[in-house]
Amino acid sequence: MSNVLAVLEQRDGTLRKVSHEVVTGARRLADALGGGANVDALVLAGGSVRGADQLGGFGADRVVTLTNPAFGGYAPEGYARAIADRVKAGGYGAVVFAASATGKDLAPRVAARLDRPLAQDVTDVSVAGGAVIAIRPVYAGKALLKVRIAGSPAIVSLRPNVFTPVQRPKAGIQETVAVAGTAGRVVVKQIKAAPAGTLDVAEAPIVVSGGRGLKEPANFKVLEALAAAFGGRAAVGASRAVVDAGWRPHADQVGQTGKTVSPTLYIAVGVSGAIQHLAGMRTSKIIVAINKDKEAPIFKVADYGIVGDLFEVVPKLTEAIKKLHG
Amino acid sequence: MKIAVCIKRVPDSETRVKIAADGRSLDEAGVKFILNPYDEFAVEEALRRKEKAGTGEVVVLALGPAAAQETIRTALAMGADRGVLLQTEGVHADGLETAKALAAELKDAGFDLILFGKMAIDDHNHQVGPMVAELLDLPCVTTVAHLEIDGAKGTAEREVEGGVEVVEFPLPAVLTTDKGLNEPRYPALKGIMAAKKKPLDVKPTAPGPGAIEILALTPPPERQAGKIVGEGAAAVPELVRLLREEAKVL
Ligand SMILES: Cc1cc2nc3c(=O)[nH]c(=O)nc-3n(C[C@H](O)[C@H](O)[C@H](O)COP(=O)(O)OP(=O)(O)OC[C@H]3O[C@@H](n4cnc5c(N)ncnc54)[C@H](O)[C@@H]3O)c2cc1C
Ligand SMILES: Nc1ncnc2c1ncn2[C@@H]1O[C@H](COP(=O)(O)O)[C@@H](O)[C@H]1O
Repeated sequence: MSNVLAVLEQRDGTLRKVSHEVVTGARRLADALGGGANVDALVLAGGSVRGADQLGGFGADRVVTLTNPAFGGYAPEGYARAIADRVKAGGYGAVVFAASATGKDLAPRVAARLDRPLAQDVTDVSVAGGAVIAIRPVYAGKALLKVRIAGSPAIVSLRPNVFTPVQRPKAGIQETVAVAGTAGRVVVKQIKAAPAGTLDVAEAPIVVSGGRGLKEPANFKVLEALAAAFGGRAAVGASRAVVDAGWRPHADQVGQTGKTVSPTLYIAVGVSGAIQHLAGMRTSKIIVAINKDKEAPIFKVADYGIVGDLFEVVPKLTEAIKKLHG
Repeated sequence: MKIAVCIKRVPDSETRVKIAADGRSLDEAGVKFILNPYDEFAVEEALRRKEKAGTGEVVVLALGPAAAQETIRTALAMGADRGVLLQTEGVHADGLETAKALAAELKDAGFDLILFGKMAIDDHNHQVGPMVAELLDLPCVTTVAHLEIDGAKGTAEREVEGGVEVVEFPLPAVLTTDKGLNEPRYPALKGIMAAKKKPLDVKPTAPGPGAIEILALTPPPERQAGKIVGEGAAAVPELVRLLREEAKVL
């Protein structure tokens, strides 16, 4: 028996959306492992978690909420201990995290506690000869590394937006287990939230990125309007040129020295498409480029391009998207 | 303040990736190697902490081939006091084995802080720092972009989706650094000269084989250049139609 454990995330008592992808990836692994392997979804929280009852629909056979008054927010050491204990007790064949800010922090702690290797930020998982095979982008996305993880459990974290959630008509069993233990020595005091409704570029299903073609920082309102037209599903990204110029925060930078994004739709506006920018977004499903220079390298990776002045094209696009959604 | 910084020798970020004949590794011919850029933030932070405290020692530690001595000299030229090379051969795919080798050297050495980069820009393992922390049972904060230390208590800020986490921790501790923490200094000529005379200890090391086997290193799939839908605002309706009907993303 080699069941798969999917480690999920909640914030303020609500399941984070990336959790659906983690369950989907775990389901895929469980099916590939065969032998009727189950997916156990695990969420740590202070109490009940909104959205946990939906997880059966994404492939979880069992959803376990581990509650502890110290687990309301992320508690790195307390979480790592509780998860490692759970893995040891459950004899899992694989453990799946999200390669989110929290997942990338938590997975190495759990792996070290279990004395097991870890493949972070994987874009594909499969099984061959009973062993888990993972593919990860390396060298800033300039190559893909395929690895075999010997023994169990295989521990992986999944790059956001790559494992498209698959719905299935099934309800998982719900369980709540109170666990003992402290938060640990490292204490998250608060999350200074970005303005409400701001999606992170690394997790948004749609990213609208702007570059030096925007001319000045105030003009980014043109892109914010386009993002808003997608009804809360889009984030605004930026090239390094405009981040270095102080027009946009570093958190929004896409590329080799910024974030790696794989949204369903990436719209590059006034971005030339330098190799270091492409490193961060070339795995997007669909790329649209809007640039006045028809020779701009961004058109070489774009699925669809419009050659033209962004200040004319983008407002028209915003209008059209609004119509679709209105 | 006694501070250790773990540093890795990596191919320059400008490297054009050419895959070696074995189909599993980088062809290193003509490749320039550098100090991992995230580790520069860690070295810089260590130097600033020591300068602020007015006393202390900054030790840099690398696991790698003999050529990693150059990487260590770079950190010594920035201002670190001494270096240790855990010399080994070959590629190590399993970050836990790297962590074990580093942890064995760092154990019981009385460091107040042990600093790492958030990740190495070659293998993107993104794990060695927190693994070392677990192995040494030290508190750890990863991807630190802002840091304050007051006596034996630290406060760090790290970026998370949609916000910034404010994290408190006691010292001694392990931290991994992110861009934004500081602006690393360039080694001055004087530093480069001084670095040549600083102690650099070379210790042969044989990390375990680990449980991760590299099957293949391949170029990413080429993206087909798509189509230019048209010119100017007039092309917008056709773009929207294609996104809906062909790409099915709207
Ligand atoms: C080590 C290293 C790391 C780097 N990391 C990153 C990274 O992480 N991310 C990143 O983005 N870059 C990175 N860079 C920088 C990168 O090389 C480019 O300099 C940068 O991406 C260029 O930004 P840009 O496209 O905004 O600007 P530009 O290259 O100046 O392009 C602006 C584009 O806007 C177009 N334009 C101008 N006006 C209009 C208009 N009215 N309508 C439509 N189009 C218009 C122009 O035709 C042009 O193509 C890195 C560089 C190095 C050396
Ligand atoms: N071979 C190594 N020698 C010394 N430090 C390393 C080595 N590999 C990784 N590190 C440290 O661990 C950090 C994270 O690396 P990684 O987990 O490999 O992405 C790096 O930024 C370094 O600080």
